[in-house]
Amino acid sequence: MSALEIRNVRKTFGTTEVLKDISLAIDSGEFLILVGPSGCGKSTLMNAIAGLEPVTAGEMLIGGEDVTWRTPAERDIAMVFQSYALYPSMTVRQNIVFGLEVRKVPKAEREEAVARVAELLQITPLLDRKPSQLSGGQRQRVAMGRALAREPQIYLFDEPLSNLDAKLRVEMRTEIKKLHQRLGTTIVYVTHDQIEAMTLADRIAVMRDGRILQLGTPDEVYNDPADIFVAGFMGSPSMNFIRATLAGQPGSYRLSVDVGGEQPLVLPWPAERETPALVRHVGEPVTLGLRPEHFSEEDARLGDRIEGTLLNTTTTVVEPTGADLLLRVALGESEITVRLGPKSRAVPGEPIALRVDMSRAVLFEPETESRLA
Amino acid sequence: MDNIIRRRTPGARLLRAGLYALLLVMALVYLLPLVVMVLTSLKPLEEIRAGGLLSLPDSLTLAAWLKAWGTACTGMRCEGLSGYFMNSVSIVIPAVAISTLVGALNGYALTKWRFRGANLCFAMLLFGCFIPFQVVLMPMAQTLGWLGLASSTSGLVLVHVVYGIAFTTLFFRNYYVSVPDEMISAAKLDGAGFFRIFWRILLPVSGPIITVSVIWQFTQIWNDFLFGVAFAGFDSQPVTVALNNLVNTSTGVKEYNVDMAGAMIAALPTLVVYVLAGKYFVRGLTAGSVKG
Repeated sequence: MSALEIRNVRKTFGTTEVLKDISLAIDSGEFLILVGPSGCGKSTLMNAIAGLEPVTAGEMLIGGEDVTWRTPAERDIAMVFQSYALYPSMTVRQNIVFGLEVRKVPKAEREEAVARVAELLQITPLLDRKPSQLSGGQRQRVAMGRALAREPQIYLFDEPLSNLDAKLRVEMRTEIKKLHQRLGTTIVYVTHDQIEAMTLADRIAVMRDGRILQLGTPDEVYNDPADIFVAGFMGSPSMNFIRATLAGQPGSYRLSVDVGGEQPLVLPWPAERETPALVRHVGEPVTLGLRPEHFSEEDARLGDRIEGTLLNTTTTVVEPTGADLLLRVALGESEITVRLGPKSRAVPGEPIALRVDMSRAVLFEPETESRLA
Repeated sequence: MDNIIRRRTPGARLLRAGLYALLLVMALVYLLPLVVMVLTSLKPLEEIRAGGLLSLPDSLTLAAWLKAWGTACTGMRCEGLSGYFMNSVSIVIPAVAISTLVGALNGYALTKWRFRGANLCFAMLLFGCFIPFQVVLMPMAQTLGWLGLASSTSGLVLVHVVYGIAFTTLFFRNYYVSVPDEMISAAKLDGAGFFRIFWRILLPVSGPIITVSVIWQFTQIWNDFLFGVAFAGFDSQPVTVALNNLVNTSTGVKEYNVDMAGAMIAALPTLVVYVLAGKYFVRGLTAGSVKG
């Protein structure tokens, strides 16, 4: 039985349709992340799950029960908000027990719950402070404590880390992951940060314009994107999209890319990644998707030969990130991004020889932006 | 010392001296009536008749204050202002409390439980702020008659509550707009309902705006004369009406010192309220306008 099931949910504000026929099922204990650019409807979907906004059509089931028209209080869910939304007039302890108090949980059990979550989140010394006396990270913990105290069926996280500074965000990310592994809770988590989505989720739902474009594991969404939008949204730096022309026949397809010279760059398409759809596109333009890490440097110093087609080009910009090196290199009229190891000695303006690993390349139809192979 | 670097040329200094002199004169002009009132109320009647409005009293006496409070004649009765002062208190306290509470509930509903037509509803309430007192006199008298509340304290309380709700709703609505909606959503998810959210979450953070509303309503209702003179019964007249009667009742000699003392008594409560809570008033009026 699904912990949460969403069936054909629609939501309109006036004449604009914010959610367009969303269907989704989440297993108990699953960590699902809704990710997408702002305005994609992910927060609206979250509010609909919470019962804070009614849906225009469709059904919503929690633990097999239809909750479409139940109030937030009747849904057995807890939510962590972006602004934390702590009650400013109450102490941390009162913030945590408020939900239990409203639900008339006996005092002894309430105190037990406070002790449990305070220890879990290491906020025991803060219990008698007011929210205004806490730092951002501490407020975040209290907000999670408030949700955890009630042990509901589903936890909702609405961009919980976006108000924290970069370092704290990474720390809390790890903490949320640990918490999920330890407690095995069902979580729906909204973010616009694709790294958060990749690192935390069991499954990711990539949304755009009120639709779920792809629902899959982080690995599927990253390596097997459904369309150009998903491919470009997931991953940083973004995937390179290269205009190419498909040639050849089944078993020996190849892509020719105009690189400005007399001879186009010819890249053989791996036979194991062929699809029946390719036949109809021979001789037509296609969009080739290559992630920055699908390139490697052909370097005599390294000795060992790397598989892949050779690409001779020029470096334009070098951006060292410490762990590795991001290069912008020329490809005909345009530029692409390449990720190399930190040992690379690439210099701006100098020629560079790269190997292209086609075994993980993806191919899109340029008009519809849908996946071809 | 203020925190500005100024030019230190002689001309600039002269200009500043002139500026301060002008400000001082203006302040004196504004203060003068109050000074005259206080001085006159503390003088014996003979000294006043001798002239010298601004001269300091030779002998200080509280006799005029005591007479105004306890024995001065207001029309046919000669029991001073004390009874009417208490009338005002028993009108003001329930009227302020009820209008503030209703305003808070209105503001809460208009911002946190937005219903279809909430904006129209608010616009119409706002309209109430601009209706002059005189316009509603006749219909209000009629209504009070129908309700059986004519010439009673409860009737006056009702009039002031009805008239005050427009203002208090405006105050609370604008204050609650700046309270994050997520806080209310969190309380809803915690299982709290309309009134519990109001009492437990919203009201505890409403201190500044409650102060504004109380000061505003207290001043308005305490100082009201028109509704008092129109709708009060013989036993429920507020102190403002009694002051008018006191000043207009002549028993041969015009007792300026008693008149002034009476005026001071009638004006004192609003001054006290402002002195005690004034800084919250200013703070509350600007609350939410600057993030912080």
